[in-house]
Amino acid sequence: MADTTHITPAQFPLPDEDEPSRRDVIMIAAGGFAAAGLGLGLWPLLDQMNPDQSALSMATTEVDLTHVEAGQAITVMWRGKPIFIRHRTDKEIEEAKAVPIDDLPDPIARNANLPDDAPATDENRAGKDRESWLVMIGICTHLGCIPKGQAIGDPKGDYDGWFCPCHGSQYDSAGRVRKGPAPQNMAIPPYTLVSDTKVKIG
Amino acid sequence: MAHSSSYEPSSGIEKWIDARLPVPRLMYDQFLAFPTPRNLNYWWTFGGILSFMLVSQIATGVVLAMHYVATPTNAFDSVEHIMRDVNWGWLLRYTHAVGASMFFLAAYIHTFRGLYYGSYKAPREVLWILGVLILFLMIATAFMGYSLVWGQMSFWAVTVITNLFSSLDAVIPGLGTRLVQWIWGGFAVGGPTLTRLYSLHYLFPFVIAGVVVLHVWALHIPGNNNPTGIDVKSARDTVPFHPYYTIKDGFALVLFALLFAGFVFYAPNLLGHPDNYIPANPLQTPQHIVPEWYFLPFYAILRAIPNKLFGVAALIGAIVVLFFVPWLDTSRVRSTSYRPIYKWFFWAFVVTCLVLGYLGSQPPEGIYLVLGRIFTAYYFLFFLLVMPVVGWIEKPKALPGSITESVLGPEKSSPASPQPAPRRRTPEPAL
Repeated sequence: MADTTHITPAQFPLPDEDEPSRRDVIMIAAGGFAAAGLGLGLWPLLDQMNPDQSALSMATTEVDLTHVEAGQAITVMWRGKPIFIRHRTDKEIEEAKAVPIDDLPDPIARNANLPDDAPATDENRAGKDRESWLVMIGICTHLGCIPKGQAIGDPKGDYDGWFCPCHGSQYDSAGRVRKGPAPQNMAIPPYTLVSDTKVKIG
Repeated sequence: MAHSSSYEPSSGIEKWIDARLPVPRLMYDQFLAFPTPRNLNYWWTFGGILSFMLVSQIATGVVLAMHYVATPTNAFDSVEHIMRDVNWGWLLRYTHAVGASMFFLAAYIHTFRGLYYGSYKAPREVLWILGVLILFLMIATAFMGYSLVWGQMSFWAVTVITNLFSSLDAVIPGLGTRLVQWIWGGFAVGGPTLTRLYSLHYLFPFVIAGVVVLHVWALHIPGNNNPTGIDVKSARDTVPFHPYYTIKDGFALVLFALLFAGFVFYAPNLLGHPDNYIPANPLQTPQHIVPEWYFLPFYAILRAIPNKLFGVAALIGAIVVLFFVPWLDTSRVRSTSYRPIYKWFFWAFVVTCLVLGYLGSQPPEGIYLVLGRIFTAYYFLFFLLVMPVVGWIEKPKALPGSITESVLGPEKSSPASPQPAPRRRTPEPAL
């Protein structure tokens, strides 16, 4: 009796090491079960940091455009981000259309309403059937600053668009990057122009 | 117990580390090879359970703090936001709230186990004192955590408990009032009180963790006590901590976790008070305010004494007296199992604590108040009279010759016996 109660750690696993023993099976099963339990227990501790239900419920916002005249722009919040809505002038539209795709640092439209590989033409950037409207997430794709160009008197860069004060990226009147360290065109959020005077974002 | 190291670094990198910061050696010697009495019963598994609970409370608490807002206008709403909006927020909060109850359940069992088996007696006095200190810190932490919900019970608990300090006005007029205003950061419980409670509620668990390290250190110098209360006399009396007690503690932890999960998933609010789902209102006290169950015995003691200052003194004294237990107990033996007279007083004390818990939940009037006074008297008499006197007059029962003998019976092959043959057959544990 005393012998059996004096098994030391050195005697684990049992002497016949080549053949898996019942103890090996139990050890692996118990260890695996414990590992699975630990993983399941850990998941809520990590997942709680993801956007919660109250953040997700802010997913859509409707904006009234009645008072935005051509040449003006407004900024609204959507999911905690600034959304630039510009009522473009004919001159700005012409400038944007005149640029060959090959001249653009980023030839992709970055429009959430179009396929991922849609080219960055002005048609693919502006509102569907309402090309005077440009709806865009107003965050510089370099390091997340808010570019200038919304307010009257703001610097708009060399391309009648936006100018990021942080590191000098310049965007054209279709929100496409033309100069500077920004790697991508400013993103177009999912939205629909519900009517001539109303846009629903998200 | 302090034992010579049996760690042998096997690989080059282990040798390299061992020569510089021998943490693997420490872990191996203290938590794998550590010689542990072979006769520990399941009452000894609560140390491991408590370690688990501390980790669980810190993990869920750190995460809850990411969503909680400590302002009087937002605190209650942010808790509801956690319950409804945050991913798994309901689980995290219930685990934390029920976890506090389970933490105290385990701590009380652990404390009673120490009391029963005389684990506070020499050479484990410092170990015991550190344990009482942890209990004290736990009480403070739990109280502050409960206040953060900022419901009616939270608010009035803070009001009542902080007002305890105003009893010092009876000693030096004005002192108590100044002290309470200092604690409040104002002239009533409010925003400044909430933010400081929040700050300290985050700090204290890490202080507890620090004292737990000292507690374990103080345990590993003399080694574990055991159900017989007699010292380890030979290597035969011990087994290595791993695998024997890692498995035993692990099994007990699984059973405890089942109970814990049962509460979290099936009765998460059973141990709480519904009034705490009413937002705090400084203009209206609830009809009947009670603390969480784990404070009820102390609450009964507070209310049993009609004088404000002495009531507070008794409340604090009920814990402080535990610090002196190593010197109040005059018994020659540790384990109550060998103390025929003291045994009755001990179980009467356990019953007293349970009854005080019940009385604390009842309104302080009529028979409840009378009983509260009787049982409060016994609570203190147990420590101040029974422990010294019974230890003095009692004749303990005969102790077994060794731990091994208590497990295997007084067999002929006991190590004390002069017969050499069976002894040689018995391999020594690798220490």
